[in-house]
Amino acid sequence: MRIISAFAIGLLFGCGILISGMGNPAKVLNFFDIAGTWDPSLAFVMGGALIVTGVGYRLVFRFGKPAFATAFALPTRQDLDVKLVGGSAVFGIGWGMSGFCPGGLIPVLGLGMSGPLLTAIAILAGMLTAKWTTRLVFKEQTAGA
Amino acid sequence: MTDFTPLLSLAGGALIGCAAVFLMALHGRIAGINGIVNGLLTTQTGQDWAWRAAFVAGMIASPLILLGATGQLPDISIPSSPWLLMVGGFLIGLGTTYGSGCTSGHGVCGISRFSVRSIVATITFMATAGITVFIIRHVFGG
Repeated sequence: MRIISAFAIGLLFGCGILISGMGNPAKVLNFFDIAGTWDPSLAFVMGGALIVTGVGYRLVFRFGKPAFATAFALPTRQDLDVKLVGGSAVFGIGWGMSGFCPGGLIPVLGLGMSGPLLTAIAILAGMLTAKWTTRLVFKEQTAGA
Repeated sequence: MTDFTPLLSLAGGALIGCAAVFLMALHGRIAGINGIVNGLLTTQTGQDWAWRAAFVAGMIASPLILLGATGQLPDISIPSSPWLLMVGGFLIGLGTTYGSGCTSGHGVCGISRFSVRSIVATITFMATAGITVFIIRHVFGG
């Protein structure tokens, strides 16, 4: 039941991405090209999603606990650090180069085109590199301390 | 040029929001795609791995469902060269992992919880994406 539900929610998320235009790099890049062929559509995607989650999350949190888990898994950190801002800055550069964000890319993988597949492999390589370098730095810090 | 599609984009965004609310209500999880995929790469318990894999499989299957429901596939056009996709993809993986989130995790789920970290992250990646597109299109004229 848990697996079927996760699959169905992924399906819904993917359909939302494809209908909204977030999966179309031409549209995503035009959203950022305010000085050129600007297409403001993606502001409406963010708006639509935020209205629903803004209201929906508040209703859901009243339940006390999720249906298939013992508690809501929510991030608790409040501090700003270099990793958060630097990482986000680097992500934005990659988003602007490719026109894909992770959520926009995955549904497009289902269409079997080569460009998205190449992007996905590169994203995985970047994720693994980040994990590996984080471990290296962390080890150095503990060794130094 | 791409067409301005406010209604379709709003509807698609609302569906993304619904999916995020369902994932929280049923599984107690943030619908951050970067976080979900990153969890697949780290050692996890079988049960934790399974819902993540099922979610990603559902996303990959979504064009088929859309084709069945509407009779047409979405319009996808990729202006960037394979080199830009490859380097860009690597930076996306690196940046979202260090920054603990992407457009969905920070931009939708985080902002709707009024998380300061997510608001700062979203402003940052929106700004650098805009600057990057400006440089590629108007400085180098790509």
